[in-house]
Amino acid sequence: MGRYIPNTDQDRQDMLEKLGLHNIEQLYEDIPPEVRLKDSLSLPAPLSEMELVSHMRAVAAKNKIVDEYVCFLGAGAYDRYIPSVVKHVLARQEFYTSYTPYQPEISQGTLQAIFEYQTMICELTGMDVANASMYDGASALAEAVCMACQATGKGKVLVARSVHPQSREVIVTYGRFRGINVQEIGYDDGRVDMEELKQHMNRDIAAVVVQNPNFFGVIELLDQIAEVVHHFGGLLVISANPISLAVLKPPGHCGADIVVGEGQPLGNPLNFGGPYLGFMATTQKLMRRMPGRIVGQTVDLEGNRAFVLTLQTREQHIRREKATSNICSNEALNALAATVYLSVLGREGLKEVALLSMRKAHYAFERLISGAGCSPVFSTPFFDEFLVKVPTPVEELNKALLSCGIIGGYVVEKDYPELQGGWLVAVTEKRTREEIDALVREVSQR
Amino acid sequence: MKGRPLIFEMSKPGRKAYSLPHCDVPQLALEEMVPKECLREQDAMLPEVSEVDVIRHFTRLSRLNYGVDSGFYPLGSCTMKYNPKVNEDVASLPGFTQVHPLQPDEAVQGCLEILYRMDRLLSEITGMDRFSLQPAAGAHGEMTGLMIIKAYHQHRGDIRRNKIIVPDSAHGTNPASAAMVGFEVVEVKSNDRGEVDLEALKAAVDDTTAGLMLTNPNTLGLFEGNILEIADIVHKAGGLLYYDGANMNAILGIARPGDMGFDVVHLNLHKTFSTPHGGGGPGSGPVGVKKELEPYLPVPVVEFKDGVYHLDYDRPLSIGRVKSFYGNFSVILKAYAYIMSMGSEGLREVSEFAVLNANYLMERLKDHYQIPYNRRCMHEFVISAQRQKERGVSALDIAKRLMDFGFHPPTMYFPLIVKEALMIEPTETESKETLDAFADALIEIAQEVEDQPEKVKGAPHTTPVRRLDEAKAARNPVLRWKP
Repeated sequence: MGRYIPNTDQDRQDMLEKLGLHNIEQLYEDIPPEVRLKDSLSLPAPLSEMELVSHMRAVAAKNKIVDEYVCFLGAGAYDRYIPSVVKHVLARQEFYTSYTPYQPEISQGTLQAIFEYQTMICELTGMDVANASMYDGASALAEAVCMACQATGKGKVLVARSVHPQSREVIVTYGRFRGINVQEIGYDDGRVDMEELKQHMNRDIAAVVVQNPNFFGVIELLDQIAEVVHHFGGLLVISANPISLAVLKPPGHCGADIVVGEGQPLGNPLNFGGPYLGFMATTQKLMRRMPGRIVGQTVDLEGNRAFVLTLQTREQHIRREKATSNICSNEALNALAATVYLSVLGREGLKEVALLSMRKAHYAFERLISGAGCSPVFSTPFFDEFLVKVPTPVEELNKALLSCGIIGGYVVEKDYPELQGGWLVAVTEKRTREEIDALVREVSQR
Repeated sequence: MKGRPLIFEMSKPGRKAYSLPHCDVPQLALEEMVPKECLREQDAMLPEVSEVDVIRHFTRLSRLNYGVDSGFYPLGSCTMKYNPKVNEDVASLPGFTQVHPLQPDEAVQGCLEILYRMDRLLSEITGMDRFSLQPAAGAHGEMTGLMIIKAYHQHRGDIRRNKIIVPDSAHGTNPASAAMVGFEVVEVKSNDRGEVDLEALKAAVDDTTAGLMLTNPNTLGLFEGNILEIADIVHKAGGLLYYDGANMNAILGIARPGDMGFDVVHLNLHKTFSTPHGGGGPGSGPVGVKKELEPYLPVPVVEFKDGVYHLDYDRPLSIGRVKSFYGNFSVILKAYAYIMSMGSEGLREVSEFAVLNANYLMERLKDHYQIPYNRRCMHEFVISAQRQKERGVSALDIAKRLMDFGFHPPTMYFPLIVKEALMIEPTETESKETLDAFADALIEIAQEVEDQPEKVKGAPHTTPVRRLDEAKAARNPVLRWKP
């Protein structure tokens, strides 16, 4: 019998007999012959376990990987250190082979872990409540926009151009089909252009969307933005980098109404773009507008503290077309990775990761300017990623760097034609001084 | 409070589980890099614990869970089949996990090759022409597919088509996804055979119909035998047909949605194609379309030209992006490995045994529980606890009692058109012995309902926690820990 099928020919015979049937074909009598497949599917011949592993290794070998190349590429996905513990917890079958915790009596492990995750996200963002995760940072941001429009009953949003280009694209896609009008607000010296914001802000705007640190790595002045947005009765939606939240003022303390972000840097490998996780948090006031699953605390019959999926009347399986969103499967295992990561790093460790990355990034910035002929693009403070203008054509530079073992920064002119020659460099805690010096050396030689 | 400690309650200042290298660059102070007004005034209250604390805490939590590796998991419409271990291994090869999504195409040829091949494999399996692997889950796939349908009508100037028809047996995500895309939802009733009522469908379609969403086999586990007529009715009205692939496990290598007249499909790789559910995700919900809808797929798509794979962003009619990057890549990898291990014969056997197992189990239960649609089922079936309800025992009680027998309960109270529904999907990865043990348990419970109903109503008795006060959780939401 085929792979992963335990029943034998004899079992099949016995079971058919019990059904009063002679062959498997009879099970499919309800399918009209016109739609029955006449031939076998045309698929490659099945591989044995050994052959499969060889095949996958051979395909994997065609990739260049950050274990062997030094990575200065960020732009929304970061090559960060993942403590060994994370992988070992995730490998517990009770976590990774279980379903959504709809049966709380046998799902307390997942439920309590999510409750701990929600607490950590609230602590990092400074918000009241968090959900159990969204697909990724970009779709979480688009959902936040939809949520803001539902909550305010308005259909127009302002999105800072300094928000990740892919996130802006996802907002536009989600918005287009439900009639949400999306308008961009430019940047001035790398930060939201306050004048432009004031000019476009009015009472018809449901929300203003800002990323912090923004796509250029620059730290936004959230308090000032919040003041303008709230003055006109709009909601402030922030997309935050979770590592930065160890040291930066939490958006919740700056007046944010919804905070989302890409959770990949919290213990999740790069994985060519996924699975990652989107986190989402909001205020008590907007709690019942939030999409996605939420875990709450309660007690069982014997008075023991226990956890359960709650506020489910917001969700699709109860409310159908009136639900706050259609999301059901989320990124639970990635959220677990984030929870374990944040437990390992803890209060001091996460600050240390943030500080190490910032110091290394600032060192790289100084050295690229002083020793490699790069010039700064903005003068505003940045976190651990920054934009410089390089002296040579930027695509060629990256090509040359790749040939000497370096994955260079992100070429921003693809998304920002006005920033020709702009190179977005990310420096995480994994980069060493030696690697940064080598980068500077290679750039200076071009 | 009684119960298990939270990680925060184990925290002790000065304890740590991490080790980071010394700083080898100038040690600028935080305030030298960031203005003070942008800095935190108080630390985030993350736990301070040791490594052994972390491992023991999460190991303890894991033991409160029930996974597919723990035992039988007959959740209807969820396809909780065994998750092959080798697929986990190959998806964690550093050659795949350590790749940044924005590396140049030339540095990610292996990843692009997987995406391209997967598109071809899924197209063949479903009878479609082209797939996007970007959607992160089934519901995300539904939303993407419906956006494609809307974009198609809009591009043709057919802008009045604002209604999506959904049978009353549909998954809750169907109407919710339609609403996300700005469609109005029209529900059609099922007939007494549990299938779409053709007359009701004819009455529902008109020139405002954008499409029909259908699961086939449907959520009762029944194959919609009139599928060609259904397709004809919808197409003649100018609408498109959407296939919810949640139940694809019934028909691999037997029949293909593309041959039934469906224009758009989504698959759940975390159901049919064996990737683990992760306690609620990550999933993957690829969307496949027929040729004429290809231009509307999300960007980018992977193309293969002159021996090189590349990402194509130049697609002016595309609906745009629905997610960053290219989808849940490592989930896609596991599903790819699964298909490569099974081959066409293997996949057909998967469906044959999924269907045989379901019919066998239904046969064993039919004298003990009401079977609302007593006919041949596909990969799943629905029983009703109406008879037991008369003795004061609900479907919920029976589900909870199954836990005491060491089984995960079936899906409860779904589909909505069956009262006291228990929806059972055994999958092909279970043996006759397991099915018999499960049937024996349900039969014993049916007997308990007669003899000692209180025992069933008070279940579960052996689980880490007893029944929960769910009303309290909703009435007075405590959604985070506070000291």
